[in-house]
Amino acid sequence: MRKRTLNKAWIYFMLIAGALFFFIPFFWMFSTSLKSYDDVFAFPPVWWPSEALWSNYAELLIELPFLRYTLNTVFVTAMTLLGFMVSSAIVAFGFSYFRIPGKKVLFRILLVTLMIPPQVTMIPQFVLFNRLGWVGTFLPLIVPTFFGGAFSIFLLKQFFDTVPREFSDAAKLDGANEWKIFLKVYLPLSKPALATSALFIFIWTWTDFLNPLIYLNDDRMYTLSIGLQQLSTSRTTAWPQLMGGSVLMTLPIIVLFFLAQKTFIQGIQVGGIKS
Amino acid sequence: MRKMAKSRIREARVGLLFLSPWLIGLGVFTAYPIIASLYFSFTYYSGLSSPRWVGLDNYLQLFKDPLFWKSIYNTLYLAIIGIPLAQALSLLVALLLNTKVKFLGIFRTLYFLPSIVPAVATALLWKWFLNPQFGPVNLLLEKIGLPTPGWLTDPLWSKPALIFTSIWGVGGAMVIYLAGLQNIPAELYEAAELDGAGKLSKFSKITLPMLSPVILFNVVMGTINSFQSFTSVFIMTGGGPENSTLVYALSIYRNGFQFYKMGYASAMAWILLIMTSIAIFFVFKFFGRYGYFGGVDRS
Repeated sequence: MRKRTLNKAWIYFMLIAGALFFFIPFFWMFSTSLKSYDDVFAFPPVWWPSEALWSNYAELLIELPFLRYTLNTVFVTAMTLLGFMVSSAIVAFGFSYFRIPGKKVLFRILLVTLMIPPQVTMIPQFVLFNRLGWVGTFLPLIVPTFFGGAFSIFLLKQFFDTVPREFSDAAKLDGANEWKIFLKVYLPLSKPALATSALFIFIWTWTDFLNPLIYLNDDRMYTLSIGLQQLSTSRTTAWPQLMGGSVLMTLPIIVLFFLAQKTFIQGIQVGGIKS
Repeated sequence: MRKMAKSRIREARVGLLFLSPWLIGLGVFTAYPIIASLYFSFTYYSGLSSPRWVGLDNYLQLFKDPLFWKSIYNTLYLAIIGIPLAQALSLLVALLLNTKVKFLGIFRTLYFLPSIVPAVATALLWKWFLNPQFGPVNLLLEKIGLPTPGWLTDPLWSKPALIFTSIWGVGGAMVIYLAGLQNIPAELYEAAELDGAGKLSKFSKITLPMLSPVILFNVVMGTINSFQSFTSVFIMTGGGPENSTLVYALSIYRNGFQFYKMGYASAMAWILLIMTSIAIFFVFKFFGRYGYFGGVDRS
């Protein structure tokens, strides 16, 4: 019995030590964002600023101008959500509902595309968008999303497969065509899968760095990730602002996590290793 | 009979109509770029003037380029040390959390949250956290009398620093392991206990074999992701110091978009595609048997 309690104590000790390793950097990010330069470069380092400078955030939002970057990111993310959700749901329904020769092979190809490194397709895609005159606009970030996202298609297809055939048969008897069955039967039944899919699309787009880096070159159009990276190269020691920007960029995701914890964890378990 | 066949044809047609957005996207944004980059890889191409055919020249140059080998070495170093370490740690945390601890939800949240912090923010945070003079890590090391390395500024310590950073984000793998553990039927352990099995043999004879599909899946996906890792390095070190963190994906980006050697970068991209294909081959070989989820319950 004594050995048991001792064991438990060890487990808690290790869990708490680990939790500190995971939590302290968050705290450091937040505390730095409120520091003055004196506090930032104090030696030895201070954990909490002598005076919390909330004005750092005002400077960040207006002057640097992170408000603009935030709005750009919101715009790109909203368009991407729209594109991916609409197209992926349609394609997933196609994969799930219809008997099509060669469907299995196509679905396998879909899974393979999930694993193709973006670096492989990045250069010809850039050349293509450059020819179209789209480099420097949001179009290369948005237009491809209207052709479906492999992960969302995969996720939704798996869910659509579980919708009982009797439901669509009943709708068919009432004279509904495939499009109606998709809209009126499948979509309403698939809210959890749609939510998971939307959540992951949101996070990927909100945090995406490589695509905005390649395609955006005007600082009025920067997303948060590029704005933050540019700030880190133009003002290498502006740590309060850099950490403040990081807080701003992270906050929506954390809020979303607490609002939709279950969806999150389930999504990760379904196959979200790709985050 | 004919009517039947006709309705099947109609069904296939309508089905293809639903698939068409993806089929078009597959052609334009995946298949064409893969083929085009193979073509570019045999040319000199700046992205501005038209490509000039040079045969195998890019590949021959690559094999002679010390930076190419350096980037492969760095990428493999980070993968070979980083992945087992990350998997072992996330499995350990999952095992600890699976012992009916109190506050499971709080612990799980704390461990998971860093994995959803944007890569740019993670990179900046750790760059600052590991700052040799003003960061808390070295402050702590100094207090307990350990040497204080220059981390990202020291070629010897830059890769370990990157591994540190990546370990901060292992929460996703931990959640998957935890689900895998919770799926192992309790009867197996009970039966083993009746047979007098100890903790260690229960772990090696039940937990590990039952979890092996999940482990394999995590390792292979981790490998694929690690070959593509870009953002953290780009922001934390830019490949330095002394190219000690020049990883493969960063090298492709630099050659293509900073040096405008797009043919050369395409050759690198194709080598990456081949390496990834080998990894994908193993995914299907191993997981064809287990299903794509490696035994993780989808309910």
